[in-house]
Amino acid sequence: MTSVTEEREIPRPRKSEFAVYEFLVRHENALLGGFTMIVALLLWEAVVRLDLVNPLFTSSPSRIIATGYAMFADGSIYPHLAISGLELVVGYGLAIIVGVPLGILMGWHRRFNAAFDPIISALYATPRIALLPLIMIWFGIGLGSKFAIIFLSAVFPILINTTAGVQTVERDYIKVARSFGANDRQMFLTVAFPAAVPFLLTGLRLGLGHALIGIVVGEMYSAQAGVGYLISVAGATFQTDRVMFGIILIAAAGVILTNILRMIERRFDRWRPDNKL
Amino acid sequence: MLQATPVKLKADSVKLNYYNDRTKRDLSVLDGIDFSVNEGELVSIVGPSGCGKSTFLAAVDGLIAIDGGRILIDEREVTKPGPDRGLVFQQDSLFPWRTVQRNVAYGLEIQKVLSKEEITARARKFVELVGLAGFEDSYPRELSGGMRQRVNIARALAVDPELLLLDEPFAALDAQTRELMQFELLRILDRAQKTGVFITHQIDEAIFLSNRVVVFSARPAKVKEIVEIDLPKERTLDLKHTPRFMEIFRHIWRLIEEESARMGLLRVH
Repeated sequence: MTSVTEEREIPRPRKSEFAVYEFLVRHENALLGGFTMIVALLLWEAVVRLDLVNPLFTSSPSRIIATGYAMFADGSIYPHLAISGLELVVGYGLAIIVGVPLGILMGWHRRFNAAFDPIISALYATPRIALLPLIMIWFGIGLGSKFAIIFLSAVFPILINTTAGVQTVERDYIKVARSFGANDRQMFLTVAFPAAVPFLLTGLRLGLGHALIGIVVGEMYSAQAGVGYLISVAGATFQTDRVMFGIILIAAAGVILTNILRMIERRFDRWRPDNKL
Repeated sequence: MLQATPVKLKADSVKLNYYNDRTKRDLSVLDGIDFSVNEGELVSIVGPSGCGKSTFLAAVDGLIAIDGGRILIDEREVTKPGPDRGLVFQQDSLFPWRTVQRNVAYGLEIQKVLSKEEITARARKFVELVGLAGFEDSYPRELSGGMRQRVNIARALAVDPELLLLDEPFAALDAQTRELMQFELLRILDRAQKTGVFITHQIDEAIFLSNRVVVFSARPAKVKEIVEIDLPKERTLDLKHTPRFMEIFRHIWRLIEEESARMGLLRVH
């Protein structure tokens, strides 16, 4: 027994000696990315401070932070956030409510697909921005037109991915279910739907990106409030700090929401045959 | 035949046609298949490639309707899939989104006869039977090919079918795993007390596993010959090297060769 403890004591380095190194190795990618980002921001700040560029055009990190802080402090940003948030929830929510069931139907029923595919392909190929004038005429410059443009932006990626997911269900799985005597409902719940889930989630993630574009485009075109409106008005009045702050808000929303969806997707990686798309 | 064992499966001049889209004509695939399988037997079907073996098995399972004759299981005619038959597919028909345990439970969940607890217990029992205890929560992609086929067999057995239909279940396995699985199948079938119909391309596999080997002719398939396998019941690896085994092997090989040649001639025509 003693020899074992003796042996164990000989060459073992203490954990603390490696702690820093291990931390660096484990987070190498994040550290490298963060480092580049910080250097870029510092350079930006430096060229403004050294009067190499005009801050009226470029703003600077410190100005953006100050503007952002001020807008949160006096509460003037909240109405914009609330409006854009509401637009996203309603527009994107509608896109999910319509896109997922329709996509499943189109994937599952050949005739349904044949009936709807031409319309959907045509609408998908049309840049949704080109529809904005019409949407404004139909829904006015209020929230309605924003719901519509966000819905139209997000629904197609969701719909098309869901359809593809259901369509590519392996024939063998359907045969197995039939062999065990599954009825149509069971076939759908135990085969078509689970097989389509990873595709569906990818569709939701892509749709989200499109929805954010829809917010900005819709609000810039004509609106009375919202983050896109904020960007547009600030740009027209040369308030570059505010423009930059608005962009950062949109980008942050995109990164956070996309990452949440990615986390959900990752739960399916354990069985997913390949992680492409 | 001192005591009459009950007939489990009877194929009575089974005919089946495929409609060919290109030639706009019906193509005869099965042209009067006649044979029967007694309870507790394992019967293999061999024949030249493309002769309709798998189609025949799908018809027995009730997945494909036949165009003539009758398929009887315990003297009841087959019209659709039913719980009295379990089909073991070729590789990769396991649901990738279900764990081993839940794949095995699938048929029971569809049938909705047992309670949730009973299904879990029963599925666990069959996971153990095929030697995969400890892998209940693994996903198919985390298993080897041989393990996946064990799950496949367990899934078919879990619904307690009277007749197990195996459609080239070991075709995608490497030679070593394949031999191991042959022993495993015999062990599992013996313990579960099942009747089986086994389709394979490997003549030695058919002889090794079966009480009888049914040789199909080239398409349109008929039963060319039914070969009784009069080997000792105790199957060992050495058996494959005995003169009698070789003799049967050569005999079946010659039958298939004849048929393949006939098909080749038909193609030249």
